[in-house]
Amino acid sequence: MIEALRRLGRIGLGFFERLGRGHLFLLSVLGGLPGLFLRPRLVVQQVYSTGVLSLLIIVVSGLFVGMVLGLQGYNTLVDFGAEESLGVMVALSLVRELGPVVAALLFAGRAGSALTAEIGLMKATEQLSGMEMMAVDPVHRVVAPRFVGGFLAMPLLAAIFSAVGVMGGYFVGVGLLGVDDGAFWSQMQAKVDLHDDIANGVIKSVVFGFVVTWIAVFEGYDAEPTSEGVSRATTRTVVHASLAVLGLDFVLTALMFGD
Amino acid sequence: MPKQTRKTTKKHEKDDDVLVRIRGLRFARGDRWIFDGVDLDIPRGKVTAIMGPSGTGKTTLLRLIGGQLRPDAGSIQVDGLEVPKLSRRELYALRKRLGMLFQSGALLTDLSVYDNVAFPLREHTDLPESMIRNLVLMKLQAVGLRGARHLMPSQLSGGMARRVALARAIALDPMMIMYDEPFTGQDPISMGVLVQLIRLLNDALSLTSIIVSHDVQETAAIADYIYVISGGKVIEHGPPREIMHSSSPWVRQFMQGLPDGPVPFHFPAQPYLDDLLAEGEA
Repeated sequence: MIEALRRLGRIGLGFFERLGRGHLFLLSVLGGLPGLFLRPRLVVQQVYSTGVLSLLIIVVSGLFVGMVLGLQGYNTLVDFGAEESLGVMVALSLVRELGPVVAALLFAGRAGSALTAEIGLMKATEQLSGMEMMAVDPVHRVVAPRFVGGFLAMPLLAAIFSAVGVMGGYFVGVGLLGVDDGAFWSQMQAKVDLHDDIANGVIKSVVFGFVVTWIAVFEGYDAEPTSEGVSRATTRTVVHASLAVLGLDFVLTALMFGD
Repeated sequence: MPKQTRKTTKKHEKDDDVLVRIRGLRFARGDRWIFDGVDLDIPRGKVTAIMGPSGTGKTTLLRLIGGQLRPDAGSIQVDGLEVPKLSRRELYALRKRLGMLFQSGALLTDLSVYDNVAFPLREHTDLPESMIRNLVLMKLQAVGLRGARHLMPSQLSGGMARRVALARAIALDPMMIMYDEPFTGQDPISMGVLVQLIRLLNDALSLTSIIVSHDVQETAAIADYIYVISGGKVIEHGPPREIMHSSSPWVRQFMQGLPDGPVPFHFPAQPYLDDLLAEGEA
Protein backbone atom coordinates (compact mmCIF):
# COMPACT_ATOMS: atom_id res chain seq x y z
CA MET A 1 0.00 0.00 0.00
CA ILE A 2 2.67 2.43 1.15
CA GLU A 3 4.88 1.19 -1.68
CA ALA A 4 2.13 1.94 -4.22
CA LEU A 5 1.66 5.41 -2.79
CA ARG A 6 5.37 5.99 -2.89
CA ARG A 7 5.53 4.93 -6.52
CA LEU A 8 2.62 7.20 -7.34
CA GLY A 9 4.44 10.04 -5.62
CA ARG A 10 7.61 9.36 -7.59
CA ILE A 11 5.71 9.30 -10.87
CA GLY A 12 3.98 12.54 -9.95
CA LEU A 13 7.24 14.23 -8.97
CA GLY A 14 8.93 12.98 -12.12
CA PHE A 15 6.10 14.34 -14.22
CA PHE A 16 6.19 17.78 -12.66
CA GLU A 17 9.96 17.90 -12.77
CA ARG A 18 9.88 17.25 -16.52
CA LEU A 19 7.10 19.75 -16.96
CA GLY A 20 9.18 22.34 -15.15
CA ARG A 21 12.26 21.52 -17.19
CA GLY A 22 10.18 21.78 -20.36
CA HIS A 23 9.09 25.28 -19.43
CA LEU A 24 12.56 26.43 -18.47
CA PHE A 25 13.79 25.02 -21.74
CA LEU A 26 11.08 26.94 -23.61
CA LEU A 27 12.23 30.12 -21.89
CA SER A 28 15.81 29.64 -23.01
CA VAL A 29 14.64 28.84 -26.55
CA LEU A 30 12.62 32.04 -26.59
CA GLY A 31 15.73 33.84 -25.37
CA GLY A 32 17.40 32.76 -28.60
CA LEU A 33 14.76 34.31 -30.85
CA PRO A 34 16.21 37.84 -31.12
CA GLY A 35 19.44 36.40 -32.50
CA LEU A 36 17.49 34.74 -35.31
CA PHE A 37 16.40 38.06 -36.77
CA LEU A 38 20.02 38.60 -37.72
CA ARG A 39 20.25 35.20 -39.36
CA PRO A 40 16.94 34.44 -41.05
CA ARG A 41 18.65 31.86 -43.25
CA LEU A 42 18.75 29.39 -40.34
CA VAL A 43 14.97 29.64 -39.98
CA VAL A 44 14.33 29.40 -43.71
CA GLN A 45 16.28 26.13 -43.80
CA GLN A 46 14.09 24.73 -41.05
CA VAL A 47 10.85 25.88 -42.65
CA TYR A 48 12.06 23.95 -45.65
CA SER A 49 12.90 20.76 -43.79
CA THR A 50 9.86 20.74 -41.49
CA GLY A 51 7.39 22.38 -43.86
CA VAL A 52 8.23 21.77 -47.48
CA LEU A 53 9.30 18.20 -46.88
CA SER A 54 5.99 17.49 -45.10
CA LEU A 55 4.01 18.83 -48.04
CA LEU A 56 3.52 15.52 -49.81
CA ILE A 57 1.93 13.71 -46.89
CA ILE A 58 -0.19 16.78 -46.07
CA VAL A 59 -1.45 17.21 -49.63
CA VAL A 60 -2.25 13.53 -50.17
CA SER A 61 -3.97 13.18 -46.80
CA GLY A 62 -5.87 16.43 -47.34
CA LEU A 63 -7.10 15.23 -50.69
CA PHE A 64 -8.37 11.91 -49.33
CA VAL A 65 -9.93 13.42 -46.21
CA GLY A 66 -11.74 15.93 -48.44
CA MET A 67 -12.92 13.17 -50.79
CA VAL A 68 -14.23 11.06 -47.91
CA LEU A 69 -16.00 14.11 -46.49
CA GLY A 70 -17.60 14.65 -49.89
CA LEU A 71 -18.85 11.06 -50.06
CA GLN A 72 -20.09 10.83 -46.48
CA GLY A 73 -21.56 14.30 -46.51
CA TYR A 74 -23.41 13.69 -49.75
CA ASN A 75 -24.97 10.44 -48.49
CA THR A 76 -26.27 12.17 -45.37
CA LEU A 77 -27.36 15.42 -46.99
CA VAL A 78 -29.11 13.84 -49.96
CA ASP A 79 -31.70 12.25 -47.63
CA PHE A 80 -32.82 15.74 -46.69
CA GLY A 81 -32.52 17.07 -50.22
CA ALA A 82 -29.78 19.36 -48.99
CA GLU A 83 -26.92 18.07 -51.14
CA GLU A 84 -26.31 21.65 -52.36
CA SER A 85 -24.93 22.37 -48.88
CA LEU A 86 -22.15 19.88 -49.41
CA GLY A 87 -19.65 22.69 -50.03
CA VAL A 88 -20.44 24.34 -46.69
CA MET A 89 -20.23 21.06 -44.85
CA VAL A 90 -16.90 20.10 -46.33
CA ALA A 91 -15.41 23.56 -45.87
CA LEU A 92 -16.57 24.01 -42.28
CA SER A 93 -15.43 20.55 -41.22
CA LEU A 94 -12.02 21.17 -42.70
CA VAL A 95 -11.44 24.75 -41.67
CA ARG A 96 -12.75 24.43 -38.13
CA GLU A 97 -11.59 20.96 -37.17
CA LEU A 98 -9.98 18.54 -39.54
CA GLY A 99 -7.55 20.93 -41.17
CA PRO A 100 -5.75 22.01 -37.99
CA VAL A 101 -6.16 18.73 -36.11
CA VAL A 102 -5.29 16.19 -38.78
CA ALA A 103 -2.50 18.39 -40.15
CA ALA A 104 -1.09 18.70 -36.62
CA LEU A 105 -1.24 14.94 -36.07
CA LEU A 106 0.51 14.32 -39.37
CA PHE A 107 2.98 17.09 -38.57
CA ALA A 108 3.77 15.45 -35.22
CA GLY A 109 4.37 12.15 -36.97
CA ARG A 110 6.37 13.47 -39.89
CA ALA A 111 8.21 16.60 -38.75
CA GLY A 112 8.01 16.28 -34.96
CA SER A 113 9.56 12.84 -34.84
CA ALA A 114 12.26 13.96 -37.28
CA LEU A 115 13.07 17.00 -35.11
CA THR A 116 13.34 14.89 -31.97
CA ALA A 117 15.48 12.26 -33.63
CA GLU A 118 17.76 14.86 -35.20
CA ILE A 119 18.35 16.82 -32.01
CA GLY A 120 18.59 13.63 -29.95
CA LEU A 121 21.20 12.18 -32.29
CA MET A 122 23.14 15.43 -32.30
CA LYS A 123 23.22 15.12 -28.53
CA ALA A 124 24.19 11.44 -28.64
CA THR A 125 27.06 12.10 -31.05
CA GLU A 126 28.38 14.95 -28.88
CA GLN A 127 27.61 17.57 -31.53
CA LEU A 128 25.74 19.70 -29.00
CA SER A 129 28.54 19.34 -26.44
CA GLY A 130 31.02 20.19 -29.15
CA MET A 131 29.14 23.37 -29.95
CA GLU A 132 29.07 24.32 -26.29
CA MET A 133 32.82 23.89 -26.14
CA MET A 134 33.14 26.10 -29.22
CA ALA A 135 31.29 28.75 -27.21
CA VAL A 136 28.17 28.40 -29.35
CA ASP A 137 24.95 27.90 -27.40
CA PRO A 138 23.23 24.88 -28.97
CA VAL A 139 19.83 26.00 -27.68
CA HIS A 140 20.19 29.23 -29.64
CA ARG A 141 21.96 27.84 -32.67
CA VAL A 142 20.24 24.46 -33.13
CA VAL A 143 16.99 24.43 -31.20
CA ALA A 144 15.65 27.96 -31.65
CA PRO A 145 15.66 27.93 -35.49
CA ARG A 146 13.97 24.53 -35.50
CA PHE A 147 11.37 25.73 -33.06
CA VAL A 148 10.57 28.83 -35.10
CA GLY A 149 10.64 26.88 -38.36
CA GLY A 150 8.12 24.34 -37.09
CA PHE A 151 5.98 27.03 -35.53
CA LEU A 152 5.80 28.91 -38.85
CA ALA A 153 5.34 25.82 -41.01
CA MET A 154 2.46 24.25 -39.13
CA PRO A 155 -0.27 26.91 -39.80
CA LEU A 156 0.77 26.99 -43.46
CA LEU A 157 0.48 23.22 -43.70
CA ALA A 158 -2.94 23.30 -42.02
CA ALA A 159 -4.11 25.93 -44.52
CA ILE A 160 -2.86 23.84 -47.43
CA PHE A 161 -4.51 20.76 -45.95
CA SER A 162 -7.87 22.55 -45.78
CA ALA A 163 -7.56 24.00 -49.28
CA VAL A 164 -6.66 20.66 -50.83
CA GLY A 165 -9.43 19.00 -48.81
CA VAL A 166 -12.01 21.38 -50.21
CA MET A 167 -10.76 20.52 -53.69
CA GLY A 168 -11.11 16.81 -52.86
CA GLY A 169 -14.67 17.36 -51.69
CA TYR A 170 -15.34 19.28 -54.87
CA PHE A 171 -14.02 16.49 -57.13
CA VAL A 172 -16.22 13.90 -55.44
CA GLY A 173 -19.31 16.02 -54.85
CA VAL A 174 -19.44 17.94 -58.09
CA GLY A 175 -17.40 15.72 -60.34
CA LEU A 176 -18.70 12.30 -59.37
CA LEU A 177 -21.98 12.75 -57.55
CA GLY A 178 -23.42 15.60 -59.57
CA VAL A 179 -23.88 18.34 -56.97
CA ASP A 180 -24.49 21.70 -58.64
CA ASP A 181 -21.20 23.50 -59.22
CA GLY A 182 -22.48 27.01 -58.50
CA ALA A 183 -24.39 26.00 -55.38
CA PHE A 184 -21.33 24.19 -54.01
CA TRP A 185 -19.18 27.30 -54.13
CA SER A 186 -21.75 30.04 -53.49
CA GLN A 187 -23.14 28.39 -50.36
CA MET A 188 -19.64 27.91 -49.11
CA GLN A 189 -18.86 31.55 -49.75
CA ALA A 190 -22.01 32.66 -47.95
CA LYS A 191 -21.75 30.45 -44.90
CA VAL A 192 -18.05 30.27 -44.05
CA ASP A 193 -17.23 33.25 -41.88
CA LEU A 194 -13.81 34.83 -41.98
CA HIS A 195 -13.69 35.56 -38.28
CA ASP A 196 -15.69 32.75 -36.70
CA ASP A 197 -14.47 29.91 -38.84
CA ILE A 198 -11.26 30.70 -40.63
CA ALA A 199 -9.61 32.84 -37.97
CA ASN A 200 -10.46 30.33 -35.26
CA GLY A 201 -9.06 27.54 -37.37
CA VAL A 202 -5.88 29.51 -37.89
CA ILE A 203 -5.59 30.15 -34.15
CA LYS A 204 -5.92 26.42 -33.55
CA SER A 205 -3.22 25.61 -36.04
CA VAL A 206 -0.90 28.21 -34.52
CA VAL A 207 -1.42 26.76 -31.04
CA PHE A 208 -0.89 23.21 -32.31
CA GLY A 209 2.23 24.24 -34.18
CA PHE A 210 3.62 25.82 -31.03
CA VAL A 211 2.87 22.83 -28.82
CA VAL A 212 3.95 20.10 -31.24
CA THR A 213 7.25 21.82 -32.05
CA TRP A 214 7.91 22.59 -28.42
CA ILE A 215 7.35 18.97 -27.40
CA ALA A 216 9.49 17.75 -30.30
CA VAL A 217 12.51 19.94 -29.60
CA PHE A 218 12.30 19.42 -25.86
CA GLU A 219 12.11 15.64 -26.16
CA GLY A 220 15.09 15.71 -28.49
CA TYR A 221 17.16 17.94 -26.24
CA ASP A 222 16.17 16.03 -23.12
CA ALA A 223 16.72 12.61 -24.68
CA GLU A 224 19.11 10.19 -23.08
CA PRO A 225 22.14 10.27 -25.40
CA THR A 226 21.91 6.62 -26.45
CA SER A 227 20.14 4.82 -29.29
CA GLU A 228 17.35 3.59 -27.00
CA GLY A 229 17.08 7.02 -25.43
CA VAL A 230 16.58 8.68 -28.80
CA SER A 231 14.11 6.07 -29.95
CA ARG A 232 12.11 6.43 -26.72
CA ALA A 233 12.15 10.20 -27.08
CA THR A 234 10.89 9.98 -30.66
CA THR A 235 8.02 7.75 -29.60
CA ARG A 236 7.21 10.09 -26.73
CA THR A 237 7.13 13.03 -29.09
CA VAL A 238 4.52 11.44 -31.33
CA VAL A 239 2.39 10.17 -28.43
CA HIS A 240 2.55 13.30 -26.29
CA ALA A 241 2.17 15.69 -29.19
CA SER A 242 -0.83 13.83 -30.57
CA LEU A 243 -2.52 13.69 -27.17
CA ALA A 244 -1.75 17.36 -26.58
CA VAL A 245 -3.25 18.28 -29.94
CA LEU A 246 -6.46 16.34 -29.32
CA GLY A 247 -6.81 17.61 -25.76
CA LEU A 248 -6.13 21.22 -26.69
CA ASP A 249 -8.50 20.90 -29.62
CA PHE A 250 -11.33 20.16 -27.22
CA VAL A 251 -10.43 23.08 -24.99
CA LEU A 252 -10.08 25.49 -27.91
CA THR A 253 -13.30 24.30 -29.54
CA ALA A 254 -15.16 24.75 -26.28
CA LEU A 255 -13.79 28.28 -25.95
CA MET A 256 -14.41 29.27 -29.56
CA PHE A 257 -17.64 27.62 -30.53
CA GLY A 258 -19.10 26.74 -27.16
CA ASP A 259 -21.06 29.97 -26.59
CA MET B 1 51.48 16.22 -4.73
CA PRO B 2 52.52 18.11 -7.89
CA LYS B 3 55.91 19.37 -6.93
CA GLN B 4 56.81 21.98 -9.51
CA THR B 5 54.71 25.07 -8.84
CA ARG B 6 52.94 24.34 -5.63
CA LYS B 7 54.52 27.28 -3.88
CA THR B 8 53.70 29.98 -6.40
CA THR B 9 52.03 32.92 -4.76
CA LYS B 10 48.55 33.97 -5.83
CA LYS B 11 49.45 37.25 -7.45
CA HIS B 12 51.75 35.63 -9.94
CA GLU B 13 49.24 33.11 -11.10
CA LYS B 14 48.30 34.97 -14.20
CA ASP B 15 51.77 35.03 -15.66
CA ASP B 16 53.32 31.90 -14.28
CA ASP B 17 53.89 28.91 -16.45
CA VAL B 18 50.95 26.89 -15.21
CA LEU B 19 47.92 27.26 -17.48
CA VAL B 20 45.49 24.99 -15.66
CA ARG B 21 45.70 24.60 -11.91
CA ILE B 22 43.40 22.19 -10.14
CA ARG B 23 43.33 21.98 -6.36
CA GLY B 24 41.32 19.71 -4.09
CA LEU B 25 38.88 18.80 -6.84
CA ARG B 26 35.93 16.74 -5.69
CA PHE B 27 33.17 15.64 -8.00
CA ALA B 28 30.43 13.09 -7.42
CA ARG B 29 28.11 11.41 -9.83
CA GLY B 30 25.16 9.94 -7.96
CA ASP B 31 26.66 8.73 -4.69
CA ARG B 32 30.01 7.76 -6.23
CA TRP B 33 32.99 10.07 -5.95
CA ILE B 34 34.58 10.35 -9.40
CA PHE B 35 37.25 12.70 -8.07
CA ASP B 36 38.14 12.83 -4.45
CA GLY B 37 40.79 15.44 -3.91
CA VAL B 38 42.65 15.79 -7.19
CA ASP B 39 45.55 18.25 -7.57
CA LEU B 40 46.89 18.86 -11.06
CA ASP B 41 49.06 21.41 -12.84
CA ILE B 42 49.05 21.70 -16.61
CA PRO B 43 52.16 23.63 -17.67
CA ARG B 44 51.99 26.09 -20.55
CA GLY B 45 53.34 25.04 -23.91
CA LYS B 46 53.64 21.40 -22.95
CA VAL B 47 51.81 18.22 -23.83
CA THR B 48 50.39 16.81 -20.62
CA ALA B 49 48.74 13.42 -20.56
CA ILE B 50 46.13 12.27 -18.10
CA MET B 51 45.95 8.51 -18.03
CA GLY B 52 43.99 5.95 -16.18
CA PRO B 53 41.76 2.95 -16.70
CA SER B 54 38.35 3.32 -18.34
CA GLY B 55 35.70 4.75 -16.12
CA THR B 56 38.01 6.85 -13.96
CA GLY B 57 36.41 10.06 -15.18
CA LYS B 58 39.14 11.29 -17.48
CA THR B 59 36.59 12.75 -19.89
CA THR B 60 34.73 14.20 -16.93
CA LEU B 61 37.92 16.01 -15.98
CA LEU B 62 38.03 17.70 -19.40
CA ARG B 63 34.39 18.71 -19.04
CA LEU B 64 35.16 20.18 -15.64
CA ILE B 65 38.05 22.18 -17.10
CA GLY B 66 35.81 23.38 -19.93
CA GLY B 67 33.11 24.37 -17.48
CA GLN B 68 30.48 21.99 -18.82
CA LEU B 69 30.29 20.42 -15.38
CA ARG B 70 30.71 22.05 -12.01
CA PRO B 71 32.76 20.44 -9.23
CA ASP B 72 31.33 19.76 -5.80
CA ALA B 73 34.39 21.24 -4.19
CA GLY B 74 37.84 22.52 -5.05
CA SER B 75 39.27 24.98 -7.47
CA ILE B 76 39.85 24.82 -11.24
CA GLN B 77 41.81 27.72 -12.65
CA VAL B 78 42.40 28.17 -16.36
CA ASP B 79 44.73 31.03 -17.21
CA GLY B 80 44.06 32.51 -13.81
CA LEU B 81 40.27 32.34 -14.15
CA GLU B 82 38.33 30.32 -11.61
CA VAL B 83 36.18 28.27 -14.02
CA PRO B 84 33.32 27.17 -11.71
CA LYS B 85 32.75 30.78 -10.65
CA LEU B 86 32.62 32.30 -14.13
CA SER B 87 29.39 33.79 -15.41
CA ARG B 88 27.96 32.34 -18.57
CA ARG B 89 29.35 35.17 -20.65
CA GLU B 90 32.83 34.87 -19.17
CA LEU B 91 32.74 31.11 -19.60
CA TYR B 92 31.88 31.44 -23.29
CA ALA B 93 34.66 33.99 -23.70
CA LEU B 94 37.09 31.53 -22.12
CA ARG B 95 35.87 28.66 -24.31
CA LYS B 96 36.68 30.65 -27.43
CA ARG B 97 40.28 30.31 -26.33
CA LEU B 98 40.00 26.56 -25.72
CA GLY B 99 39.74 23.83 -28.29
CA MET B 100 38.38 20.43 -27.52
CA LEU B 101 38.63 17.30 -29.61
CA PHE B 102 35.87 14.86 -28.78
CA GLN B 103 36.31 11.14 -29.01
CA SER B 104 33.79 10.93 -31.84
CA GLY B 105 35.04 14.11 -33.51
CA ALA B 106 31.61 15.65 -32.93
CA LEU B 107 31.53 17.11 -36.43
CA LEU B 108 28.22 18.68 -37.42
CA THR B 109 26.77 16.03 -39.67
CA ASP B 110 24.72 18.40 -41.81
CA LEU B 111 27.74 20.50 -42.81
CA SER B 112 30.59 19.64 -45.15
CA VAL B 113 34.19 19.41 -43.96
CA TYR B 114 34.80 22.96 -45.17
CA ASP B 115 31.74 24.36 -43.39
CA ASN B 116 32.60 22.47 -40.24
CA VAL B 117 35.98 24.13 -40.02
CA ALA B 118 34.45 27.47 -40.97
CA PHE B 119 31.75 27.07 -38.31
CA PRO B 120 33.55 28.66 -35.34
CA LEU B 121 34.92 31.42 -37.58
CA ARG B 122 31.47 32.27 -38.88
CA GLU B 123 29.93 32.10 -35.41
CA HIS B 124 32.51 34.23 -33.65
CA THR B 125 34.00 36.59 -36.20
CA ASP B 126 32.74 38.98 -38.85
CA LEU B 127 35.45 38.06 -41.31
CA PRO B 128 34.59 38.24 -45.00
CA GLU B 129 34.05 34.90 -46.76
CA SER B 130 37.27 35.28 -48.75
CA MET B 131 39.32 35.45 -45.59
CA ILE B 132 37.40 32.61 -43.97
CA ARG B 133 38.19 30.57 -47.07
CA ASN B 134 41.90 31.22 -46.66
CA LEU B 135 41.85 30.40 -42.97
CA VAL B 136 39.86 27.21 -43.50
CA LEU B 137 42.22 26.04 -46.24
CA MET B 138 45.22 26.77 -44.03
CA LYS B 139 43.78 24.79 -41.13
CA LEU B 140 42.83 21.91 -43.40
CA GLN B 141 46.27 21.97 -44.99
CA ALA B 142 47.79 21.68 -41.51
CA VAL B 143 45.97 18.39 -40.94
CA GLY B 144 46.50 17.24 -44.52
CA LEU B 145 42.86 17.25 -45.59
CA ARG B 146 42.62 20.28 -47.85
CA GLY B 147 41.60 17.95 -50.66
CA ALA B 148 38.72 16.51 -48.63
CA ARG B 149 36.98 19.81 -48.07
CA HIS B 150 33.88 18.96 -50.10
CA LEU B 151 33.21 15.66 -48.34
CA MET B 152 30.46 15.25 -45.79
CA PRO B 153 31.34 13.88 -42.32
CA SER B 154 29.58 10.60 -43.12
CA GLN B 155 32.07 10.03 -45.95
CA LEU B 156 35.11 10.31 -43.68
CA SER B 157 36.95 7.53 -41.92
CA GLY B 158 37.28 7.79 -38.16
CA GLY B 159 40.82 9.10 -38.36
CA MET B 160 39.94 11.70 -40.98
CA ALA B 161 36.97 12.86 -38.92
CA ARG B 162 39.26 13.40 -35.97
CA ARG B 163 41.70 15.38 -38.10
CA VAL B 164 38.88 17.57 -39.40
CA ALA B 165 37.76 18.09 -35.82
CA LEU B 166 41.34 19.03 -35.01
CA ALA B 167 41.36 21.58 -37.81
CA ARG B 168 38.13 22.98 -36.42
CA ALA B 169 39.56 23.06 -32.90
CA ILE B 170 42.50 25.21 -34.04
CA ALA B 171 40.34 27.45 -36.25
CA LEU B 172 40.17 30.22 -33.68
CA ASP B 173 43.84 29.82 -32.68
CA PRO B 174 43.17 28.64 -29.13
CA MET B 175 45.71 28.71 -26.33
CA MET B 176 44.94 25.16 -25.31
CA ILE B 177 43.53 22.00 -26.87
CA MET B 178 42.02 19.14 -24.92
CA TYR B 179 42.05 15.75 -26.59
CA ASP B 180 39.55 13.18 -25.40
CA GLU B 181 40.85 9.69 -26.21
CA PRO B 182 42.33 10.76 -29.57
CA PHE B 183 43.82 7.34 -30.37
CA THR B 184 40.93 5.04 -29.57
CA GLY B 185 39.89 2.84 -32.46
CA GLN B 186 42.45 4.10 -34.99
CA ASP B 187 44.37 1.99 -37.44
CA PRO B 188 48.19 2.20 -37.11
CA ILE B 189 48.55 4.77 -39.89
CA SER B 190 45.94 7.23 -38.66
CA MET B 191 47.27 6.64 -35.18
CA GLY B 192 50.75 7.63 -36.31
CA VAL B 193 49.36 10.67 -38.10
CA LEU B 194 47.45 11.82 -35.05
CA VAL B 195 50.35 11.27 -32.69
CA GLN B 196 52.58 13.35 -34.89
CA LEU B 197 49.96 16.05 -35.49
CA ILE B 198 49.28 16.57 -31.82
CA ARG B 199 52.97 17.06 -31.09
CA LEU B 200 53.63 19.20 -34.18
CA LEU B 201 50.65 21.47 -33.70
CA ASN B 202 51.47 21.93 -30.05
CA ASP B 203 54.98 23.08 -30.85
CA ALA B 204 54.26 25.02 -34.05
CA LEU B 205 51.32 26.98 -32.67
CA SER B 206 52.78 27.16 -29.13
CA LEU B 207 49.69 25.58 -27.72
CA THR B 208 49.19 23.77 -24.48
CA SER B 209 47.78 20.28 -24.93
CA ILE B 210 45.99 17.96 -22.58
CA ILE B 211 45.59 14.38 -23.74
CA VAL B 212 43.24 12.09 -21.95
CA SER B 213 43.97 8.55 -22.97
CA HIS B 214 44.61 5.00 -21.97
CA ASP B 215 46.75 4.23 -25.00
CA VAL B 216 49.97 4.04 -23.09
CA GLN B 217 52.60 3.73 -25.83
CA GLU B 218 51.30 6.47 -28.13
CA THR B 219 50.62 8.87 -25.32
CA ALA B 220 53.91 8.28 -23.56
CA ALA B 221 55.69 8.88 -26.87
CA ILE B 222 54.56 12.50 -27.14
CA ALA B 223 53.70 13.59 -23.62
CA ASP B 224 56.06 15.81 -21.64
CA TYR B 225 54.39 14.98 -18.38
CA ILE B 226 51.95 12.29 -17.29
CA TYR B 227 49.38 12.12 -14.55
CA VAL B 228 47.93 8.72 -13.72
CA ILE B 229 44.50 8.83 -12.16
CA SER B 230 42.69 5.99 -10.50
CA GLY B 231 40.01 5.70 -7.86
CA GLY B 232 39.40 9.43 -7.89
CA LYS B 233 42.96 10.38 -7.03
CA VAL B 234 46.22 11.17 -8.78
CA ILE B 235 48.30 8.13 -7.93
CA GLU B 236 51.45 8.99 -9.87
CA HIS B 237 52.85 11.83 -11.91
CA GLY B 238 56.04 12.66 -13.64
CA PRO B 239 57.79 12.56 -17.02
CA PRO B 240 57.00 9.45 -19.12
CA ARG B 241 60.31 7.75 -18.44
CA GLU B 242 59.81 7.93 -14.67
CA ILE B 243 56.22 6.77 -14.86
CA MET B 244 57.17 3.76 -16.97
CA HIS B 245 59.47 2.62 -14.20
CA SER B 246 57.30 3.64 -11.34
CA SER B 247 57.79 1.94 -8.03
CA SER B 248 54.04 1.42 -7.64
CA PRO B 249 53.02 -2.06 -8.82
CA TRP B 250 49.64 -0.73 -9.87
CA VAL B 251 51.14 1.91 -12.16
CA ARG B 252 53.56 -0.63 -13.60
CA GLN B 253 50.70 -3.01 -14.35
CA PHE B 254 48.79 -0.23 -16.08
CA MET B 255 51.68 1.21 -18.06
CA GLN B 256 52.95 -2.18 -19.20
CA GLY B 257 49.52 -3.65 -19.79
CA LEU B 258 49.94 -6.74 -17.62
CA PRO B 259 46.80 -8.90 -17.36
CA ASP B 260 47.14 -9.65 -13.66
CA GLY B 261 48.53 -7.72 -10.76
CA PRO B 262 47.09 -5.36 -8.20
CA VAL B 263 44.11 -5.06 -10.55
CA PRO B 264 42.89 -8.66 -10.55
CA PHE B 265 41.96 -10.48 -13.74
CA HIS B 266 38.82 -11.86 -12.07
CA PHE B 267 35.79 -9.80 -11.23
CA PRO B 268 35.04 -10.32 -7.52
CA ALA B 269 33.03 -13.53 -7.06
CA GLN B 270 32.48 -16.30 -4.57
CA PRO B 271 35.10 -19.07 -4.58
CA TYR B 272 35.20 -20.93 -7.88
CA LEU B 273 34.70 -24.38 -6.42
CA ASP B 274 31.68 -23.36 -4.32
CA ASP B 275 30.17 -21.78 -7.41
CA LEU B 276 30.63 -24.91 -9.53
CA LEU B 277 29.19 -27.18 -6.85
CA ALA B 278 26.23 -24.92 -6.14
CA GLU B 279 22.99 -26.00 -7.74
CA GLY B 280 20.10 -23.99 -9.07
CA GLU B 281 20.10 -20.46 -10.39
CA ALA B 282 22.60 -19.12 -12.92
